[in-house]
Amino acid sequence: MAGTALQRRLTWRVAEVVDLGDETPRVRSLVLSVPGWPGHLAGQHVDVRLTADDGYQAERSYSIASAPAAGERLTLTVERLADGEVSPYLAGELRAGDKLELRGPIGGYFVWDIAIGGPLLLVAGGSGICPLMAMLRLRQAAGSDIPTRLLYSSRSLEEVIYRNELDRLVATGTALDVRLTLTRDQPERWAGYHRRIDTDMLTEVAWAPNERPLTFVCGPTPLVESVAESLVNLGHEPTRIKTERFGPTGG
Amino acid sequence: MEIHEQDVRLDGNAAAGLLQEVFVHEFSGARGACASCGAVGEMGAQHLYMAPLAPGAVLRCAACEGVLMVVVHAGGRFRLGFRGLVWLEMKDTAVTS
Ligand SMILES: Cc1cc2nc3c(=O)[nH]c(=O)nc-3n(C[C@H](O)[C@H](O)[C@H](O)COP(=O)(O)OP(=O)(O)OC[C@H]3O[C@@H](n4cnc5c(N)ncnc54)[C@H](O)[C@@H]3O)c2cc1C
Ligand SMILES: [Zn+2]
Repeated sequence: MAGTALQRRLTWRVAEVVDLGDETPRVRSLVLSVPGWPGHLAGQHVDVRLTADDGYQAERSYSIASAPAAGERLTLTVERLADGEVSPYLAGELRAGDKLELRGPIGGYFVWDIAIGGPLLLVAGGSGICPLMAMLRLRQAAGSDIPTRLLYSSRSLEEVIYRNELDRLVATGTALDVRLTLTRDQPERWAGYHRRIDTDMLTEVAWAPNERPLTFVCGPTPLVESVAESLVNLGHEPTRIKTERFGPTGG
Repeated sequence: MEIHEQDVRLDGNAAAGLLQEVFVHEFSGARGACASCGAVGEMGAQHLYMAPLAPGAVLRCAACEGVLMVVVHAGGRFRLGFRGLVWLEMKDTAVTS
């Protein structure tokens, strides 16, 4: 799979939207059908290109949220930013049957496969869950028991992307632990964390440095920077901490 | 709102699509050596500065923030500058197995 996913020359392909579904009030998943799609690895992304009638083009990157699988389908999950140029179109105006251009799969650094092993520490903020979800879905599909912990920061419970599926993965999977922190609004009697991810939280949730976890951190740039720095300060090996910054607001 | 440089940076991985068009081979897993501080690392782990409307991107060393390379894609051409990379090594992924 790795071989086939990486061998081809990258080209822009035309994808068709075959299904759409809302994950939260501001986040929508798009199921795309991409003729000739060579397959992907968990953690990879695509570049999406939109072209206006006057020829103006805008390009953005989106992680592939679906697990690697045979076939021509893949899922992107897009958070709508009110003042954004591309995301309000993708997660607002796009309809089933619409087409868009994409290039991928991209990336050989922020990727994970069962053979790479663990223990795994996944840390996400907002839509940063997307590439990590591909890893969790792959792990589940493979029936893997690689010890895995996810620490996921959202503003509120209703903004937690894939909430039901995460519950299901924990209930039906093996050796998976999911911790949420809700930074803005918490339901009554919320027993989980309710602050931004900090060093104390990472000390409680992360594996001890001597267990040598492999860590993937993804989300808005400020969150990724602060989590990676805290982990290094706690004694985790910098080369086993992989980051994917989504930019200033992508979260 | 004041914008701080460290809030807008991305990982080298975010330019991997653009750079794979140039190099054919996967770019974010490629390794290189920084001319400023000697650090050796994967390009996906370096810091990338790329604004949505800008035609170019700057890749800086994650260890010392020295410029590794600059890429501009505009006017129908790619222009690359490598002033801070001593060497760059990538897997020959085009070989069919
Ligand atoms: C590798 C990668 C994977 C990604 N995967 C996903 C994903 O799976 N899901 C998802 O929802 N998003 C993802 N993103 C983020 C996505 O690419 C877009 O950045 C996001 O959708 C916003 O695009 P936009 O055009 O709507 O907003 P934009 O028009 O780009 O702007 C959004 C806001 O941020 C500000 N801004 C953006 N960039 C800068 C800058 N450089 N300097 C100053 N201000 C800036 C703008 O002023 C505006 O307020 C990913 C990003 C990367 C790099
Ligand atoms: Zn350096």
